[in-house]
Amino acid sequence: MKALLKYRELWLLAAIVVLIGLISTRFPGFADPGNLRQVFNDTSILMILALGQMVVILTRSIDLSMASNLCFTGMVVAMLNAAHPAIPIPLLILIALLVGLVLGAINGLLVWRLNIPSIVVTLGTLTIYRGATFVISGGAWVNADKMSPDFIGFQRAAFLGIPVLSWIAILVIALFFVVMTRTALGRSFYAIGVNPTASVYTGIDVGRTKFIVFCISGMVGGLAGYLWISRYVIASVEVANGYELNIIAACVIGGISIAGGIGSVGGAVLGALFLGIISNALPVINISPFWQMAISGSAIILAVVLNARGERQQGRIILKRAEAA
Amino acid sequence: MTDTPAPRNIPDRLDRPLSTAVFSWEALLVVVALAIFAINSFASPYFLDPYSLSDLTFNFTEKGLIAFAMALLIISGEIDLSVAAIIALASTLMGMAVQAGAGTPVLVLIGVTVGLACGAFNGLLVTRLGLPSIVVTIGTMSLFRGIAFIILGDQAYKGYPESFAFFGQGYVWWVVSFELVLFLVAAVIYWFLLHRTSFGRRIFAIGNNPVAAQFSGVRVGRIKFILFCLTGLMSGIASVLITSRLGSTRPSIAQGYELEAITMVVLGGVSILGGAGSILGVVLAAFIMGLVTFGLGLLNVPGIVMSIFIGLLLIIVIALPIVWRRLRG
Repeated sequence: MKALLKYRELWLLAAIVVLIGLISTRFPGFADPGNLRQVFNDTSILMILALGQMVVILTRSIDLSMASNLCFTGMVVAMLNAAHPAIPIPLLILIALLVGLVLGAINGLLVWRLNIPSIVVTLGTLTIYRGATFVISGGAWVNADKMSPDFIGFQRAAFLGIPVLSWIAILVIALFFVVMTRTALGRSFYAIGVNPTASVYTGIDVGRTKFIVFCISGMVGGLAGYLWISRYVIASVEVANGYELNIIAACVIGGISIAGGIGSVGGAVLGALFLGIISNALPVINISPFWQMAISGSAIILAVVLNARGERQQGRIILKRAEAA
Repeated sequence: MTDTPAPRNIPDRLDRPLSTAVFSWEALLVVVALAIFAINSFASPYFLDPYSLSDLTFNFTEKGLIAFAMALLIISGEIDLSVAAIIALASTLMGMAVQAGAGTPVLVLIGVTVGLACGAFNGLLVTRLGLPSIVVTIGTMSLFRGIAFIILGDQAYKGYPESFAFFGQGYVWWVVSFELVLFLVAAVIYWFLLHRTSFGRRIFAIGNNPVAAQFSGVRVGRIKFILFCLTGLMSGIASVLITSRLGSTRPSIAQGYELEAITMVVLGGVSILGGAGSILGVVLAAFIMGLVTFGLGLLNVPGIVMSIFIGLLLIIVIALPIVWRRLRG
């Protein structure tokens, strides 16, 4: 199993290298370390979000409300900053994490306590959270001129030649890597995805773990909310509209099985990078950005076709044999 | 040997005592619908007017048409997130045909055929390659709408022929719109298909246990393929209606319709896990969503705030029976 996982990520990595190579033939500067660093920075938010979505998908759930959570939390911190510019940025980030945590916990409680399928819960909160953004803002935008210089500048400051945004992404990736590979909690995510019934017998509280998973994706959404707003310096109800599907797309391309139990931190990061490279490359190689959607759609389909081979279920195989006989 | 047991009289269907009908999901939806109807009548003096009520129907007819096919698909354990993207692609290709000078019949044919073809594409990927439909249709959702964006960019198609306007703006009789008639006809057809044919029983069988259904001689793959085609077809029809109603095509047309159609299906009592649901429930859910959006619209509540109510409605209506059952024991 492990060998297979490694295999899969290596393939994705190879695809990304080939992609960069192809782009370089038309735009030689693309593979420059400086530009690649820029691509990484541009993709940081998507990578963070994809990691949050990954843990949810691993446990056979899905969080469709992440982009709405991002929108709501972003608006909260932007309005706080506009009203009280004195609040230090680290505190604002903490607030963003907390607000996101609360929104995620609402999802988690509904899934855990009422046993409502996560796709239904988060379909509901997807519209509720975005609607709530309208209610707290009254439909008004928070523009760059109302944000404090620190609010905008924090993630752009360079540390060791790399912007803080990239450092935050690296930190989040490292954190997820440790949790997923070195803790019992991380293992329990996989266990629930592979076999929820067996997980109960091994002493895992499936409901509570799912609650934790939604708290994680909520916190991640909240963090991304601050990062998104301070990066694109506008907070409105329309922020990241429909972005939840990009996040899931990154996971799917990264080899995370929607059926649960299969996936890795490396896969999610590479999946996000793949999408990030495409969106960065299209303008520089003179392809209309309108192509991006169709290309990422094709990439998703291709990825799922390639990934499906290792995921055939037992029943299906038995049936195929029965058919052949 | 001689005394064979008397053949037991096994009923085709279980008796439905009045109590189960009263506490059924549909009954709950009727109560919710009546409550919202009453609140609307009190809240706005303009609500109880034939013309207002007629306008109300446009809020749900197009999404409702998709929701019928989607209900069957979800009962069979699959899902299609690409329906809104199919609308966009079909509408874009109809727009191209208009630029080439096509007439109304050709436009309708194009809309419906494109829908059917997109549905068949989804169906092939899911049934032939055995892929999870949620992922496939997230992919085709980007692909279909992406093609619309490639063709149109930031442009828009206009200049649809006048006779084309009938589908989305025409009235069959007094305040009864063509869209409403189509919605009701489709409701009857889908009700019959799901609840009165062996095809419908097979859909439930697949949703409850696809492996057992396969071993019982149900052609699981073929039926799922047909259901994807149906969903694509209904999206194509919805595309004709929307394009006709708006009189123009942009690649962002019908954005977010997939989630509204699925909300309608789930609110209608169809289990998102497959295997259970009814068309009556979906019809009622469509009415409820139309009532909520229209009533709030009369009160000048912005669309985005309405979506809070739709989201809350979805969660509360799903949670209510669960909480109720828990409180009773």
